[in-house]
Amino acid sequence: MVAVKETVEQVKELDVDQYKYGFSTDLEVDKAPKGLSEDIVRFISAKKGEPEWMLEWRLDAYRRWLTMTEPNWARVHYPKIDFNDSYYYAAPKKNAAPKTLDEVDPAILDAYKKLGIPLREQEILAGVQTSKVAVDAVFDSVSVVTTFKEELKKAGVIFCSISEAIKEHPELVRKYLGSVVPVTDNYYATLNCAVFTDGSFVYIPEGVRCPMELSTYFRINEKNTGQFERTLIIAEKGSYVSYLEGCTAPQRDENQLHAAVVELVTMDDAEIKYSTVQNWYPGDADGKGGIYNFVTKRGDCRGANSKISWTQVETGSAITWKYPSCILRGDNSRGEFYSIAVSNGMQQVDSGTKMIHLGKNTTSRIISKGISAGRSQNTYRGQVSAHRKASNARNFTNCDSLLIGEQCGAHTVPYLESKNASAVFEHEATTSKISEEQMFYCRQRGLSAEEATALIVNGFVKDVLQQLPMEFAVEAQKLISISLEGSVG
Amino acid sequence: MLEIRNLHVAIEDGSKKILNGLDLTIHNGEVAAIMGPNGSGKSTLSYVIAGKPDYEILDGEILLDGENLLEMEADARAAAGVFLAFQYPLEIPGVATMTFLKAAMNAQSRARGEGELKTPDFMRRVKLGAEKLGIPQEMLRRGLNVGFSGGEKKRMEILQMALLEPSIGILDETDSGLDIDALKIVSEGVNALRSADRSFLVITHYQRLLNYIVPDTVHVMSKGRIVKTGGKELALELEANGYADYVSDVAA
Ligand SMILES: Nc1ncnc2c1ncn2[C@@H]1O[C@H](COP(=O)(O)OP(=O)(O)OP(=O)(O)O)[C@@H](O)[C@H]1O
Ligand SMILES: [Mg+2]
Repeated sequence: MVAVKETVEQVKELDVDQYKYGFSTDLEVDKAPKGLSEDIVRFISAKKGEPEWMLEWRLDAYRRWLTMTEPNWARVHYPKIDFNDSYYYAAPKKNAAPKTLDEVDPAILDAYKKLGIPLREQEILAGVQTSKVAVDAVFDSVSVVTTFKEELKKAGVIFCSISEAIKEHPELVRKYLGSVVPVTDNYYATLNCAVFTDGSFVYIPEGVRCPMELSTYFRINEKNTGQFERTLIIAEKGSYVSYLEGCTAPQRDENQLHAAVVELVTMDDAEIKYSTVQNWYPGDADGKGGIYNFVTKRGDCRGANSKISWTQVETGSAITWKYPSCILRGDNSRGEFYSIAVSNGMQQVDSGTKMIHLGKNTTSRIISKGISAGRSQNTYRGQVSAHRKASNARNFTNCDSLLIGEQCGAHTVPYLESKNASAVFEHEATTSKISEEQMFYCRQRGLSAEEATALIVNGFVKDVLQQLPMEFAVEAQKLISISLEGSVG
Repeated sequence: MLEIRNLHVAIEDGSKKILNGLDLTIHNGEVAAIMGPNGSGKSTLSYVIAGKPDYEILDGEILLDGENLLEMEADARAAAGVFLAFQYPLEIPGVATMTFLKAAMNAQSRARGEGELKTPDFMRRVKLGAEKLGIPQEMLRRGLNVGFSGGEKKRMEILQMALLEPSIGILDETDSGLDIDALKIVSEGVNALRSADRSFLVITHYQRLLNYIVPDTVHVMSKGRIVKTGGKELALELEANGYADYVSDVAA
């Protein structure tokens, strides 16, 4: 209930027409020329000081990408993207990794403050060592702040930028990169392979429970710079890690392309919990200037009894195209997908998951809560499939949509496919509206229209919010209310 | 004091007129009962007082202690002291009853420029109030009204009224759906709230309720108007003879 109050206050403080995070930090930028070509791919690879094999991998992806076409099956509409009208590399000028926080550009620290990074993380950035969240901050493509390295090192955990991993741990990167999301998986993923500039790398050794939650904040800071993060997390046998990802972006006039790839691998008895709060700039009231977010996230439960859990709170972006998925390869493995997708204004969301049951006795659970307001369109697209050999596969899907207002749309597109007779898939779906009656009831008790909406929406998403780490849940609740601003009253 | 003068109300789209020049005054400390046939406009009156948006006010005024309620949004009216115990309380899934109660109490305190209740004080008040009404603590953790029985919903309305301390409490058929014991408990709950500066408007079909909540005045409503006003004995007369005497007057 405290959160409800905070939410309401937060909403009140906001200037409705101003995207809260719509500021741009002034950093000198070192960027590649506009456009995409083999030379640009070489430029990026050279800038990062990559080994030859990495360059070859990128070039191979680029050549394949040239032969592919953009997918058009999602329920999203946008003007054709001119991939040659974007910059593919930008790095803060100070690219020597800082040893202490004093070496971090104050403009960056200030940006984090404006972004409202939770207190715990801010404490870390300020050098307070009581909190245990490590931030590998991705600031415009290059990691400039990495904390808690030492403590993680003691545990044998590797948490660094993917660029660093390519140089320092080439054997791990070569073994796992592209092993979950193949180079030619889809148009955007292939593009990412060619031009990704940074992202995080996590390796949890056998039997290790990562001593803290790992957290990364992403932020687009350079006009017209496509963002192509690459994240790779490997959990060895019997290990566990919880990873938090959150992002916001400054206001823009031109649409910005964002095509990240995240790959997760769990070996026997390992577990990865991956949580995202996504708040890219959604565009103005007419949908102009928002981020295009084409993301490929996939986890491979490679080992027996392993588990991968995706939790996402999606509030931002003009276009969201995102299906965090699980390949349930190991026997008895489990995949989970918990999602809150909020759309308002002219936002278009096409998101969901795939649960691919390959091993025996594999289970999956999908809880999706879509909230549409304004003139937005919100689609849940989910696939559950059981392979011929996947005996006793179990899935439970619950997919609820809440509509606020008359001009928005909610759509549910489930694909179920079972090649094994013992599979049991359960699917529940509901679509509801915040009724005038509920609204009046709340207001009769003294709640304003916005407070009432926040309360009802919080109730609607409760099952998913519970899956988030505590401080993330509070943040997420605020974000949801902010995103729904102006949708009532 | 609640003063309603010459109130004319239609459905928002103008398709149907429901209240036709209704006059009603309820003094501080007074308990007024309204009885009347189905469809005579009793619930509509309660909604219009509380500020439900679906109606068009064609004429008339509603004053609470001299303040013009018709110019206020529903939440402002609530903060000004209007409480409506709904004939059909709404369900709010996923919102724990406790959470809802606190949000409502804090919203009203804020609107009145008062400080918010401290959590332990709030908990104590809710616990005490719930006990008096025979509401188990476990129910307070459930989604508001979700899966509550008809009688449980009505008790929850009275608990909310007790916590929000309105200056006028409107009870719309709070007795319907209550068993005999619950009727007594709920009535005691209401009686405990009676005070010199709080008034009640009790809408009911059954004189039985008025044995427990003894009204100062009884009003008969028909076709959107008050057609007869009397003391508590009027309810007994209605119970015996029905509405025919009063209703036919108006129809003629
Ligand atoms: N939104 C609406 N649209 C159409 N008709 C309405 C609406 N609201 C009320 N009415 C009609 O107005 C009349 C009065 O309704 P109201 O609910 O106020 O009656 P009531 O006196 O409370 O009846 P009961 O004793 O059955 O509860 C009824 O004929 C009802 O059908
Ligand atoms: Mg009624």
